[in-house]
Amino acid sequence: MDVRRESEATPTKNRTGVERKSERELVVTRTVNAPARLVFEAWTKAELFRRWWVPKSYGLTLLSCEMDVRVGGQYRLVFRHEDSTMEFFGTYLEVTPHSRLVWTNEEGDGQTVTTVTFNETAGKTLLVVHDLYPSKEAIDSGSTGAMPEALDQLDELLASLGSSTETK
Amino acid sequence: MAQYSQTHFDASFGALSDATRRGVLEQLGRADASITALAERFHMTLTGMKKHVGVLEQAGLVSTEKVGRVRTCKLGLRGLEEEAAWIERYRQLWAARFDELDIVVEELKRKEKANGRKKRK
Repeated sequence: MDVRRESEATPTKNRTGVERKSERELVVTRTVNAPARLVFEAWTKAELFRRWWVPKSYGLTLLSCEMDVRVGGQYRLVFRHEDSTMEFFGTYLEVTPHSRLVWTNEEGDGQTVTTVTFNETAGKTLLVVHDLYPSKEAIDSGSTGAMPEALDQLDELLASLGSSTETK
Repeated sequence: MAQYSQTHFDASFGALSDATRRGVLEQLGRADASITALAERFHMTLTGMKKHVGVLEQAGLVSTEKVGRVRTCKLGLRGLEEEAAWIERYRQLWAARFDELDIVVEELKRKEKANGRKKRK
């Protein structure tokens, strides 16, 4: 199927930047070609969030994803990885629609605080994901989820997904 | 955010079981330093720091060079590669994630457009 639509066709990927700001901070940036309210939706609705948070090429299955997105609300993600399950959970500290999300991540030693800002300019949204780790050891021990990646596989996967995405 | 595959990283940093040695590597990641400066920074004796640097040097994580009476330490080739490789792996994770986010967001855009055409909500 090859229905032509207004300029949405080419999924040109924007650049993902990573910077280690300090001993305890990692900052990831990326521009998304959509207004902030849509990007924010994808970050705050569990049924959408679960579709992108775990890249499909990583061999992890997301068994459940619960997100109570409001100040003081909790989230909990359960994964299957090979023979075991892993849980990731925490609390939302700040929820400012379309512009800012702050949550804690509590399953490790100490608490990591993630701040996501959504900055819209001319219909595009600059995402800045700032992680503050409890210690530099927490970063160095690799608890940041830097998993090995098979990018070729991912590209194939994305291509097939892109062509079969239903419009409903 | 998650402990998906520490093994990869842990193996590369097996030599770094010690918090001070991790600290030294971290420090050298930002700037070269003399053993004296490192000893001061980590509040230990010159001898103690020499020992730590020696371990790191043997692991190929640090290299040292003596100029005059000062021995300067910098990240060894392996240390540099590890740091770069680790950041790159992290970047790839997020890039993969965001690529999938793009797909979800594109779908939301299409839905919104389709709804907008039918009725204003």
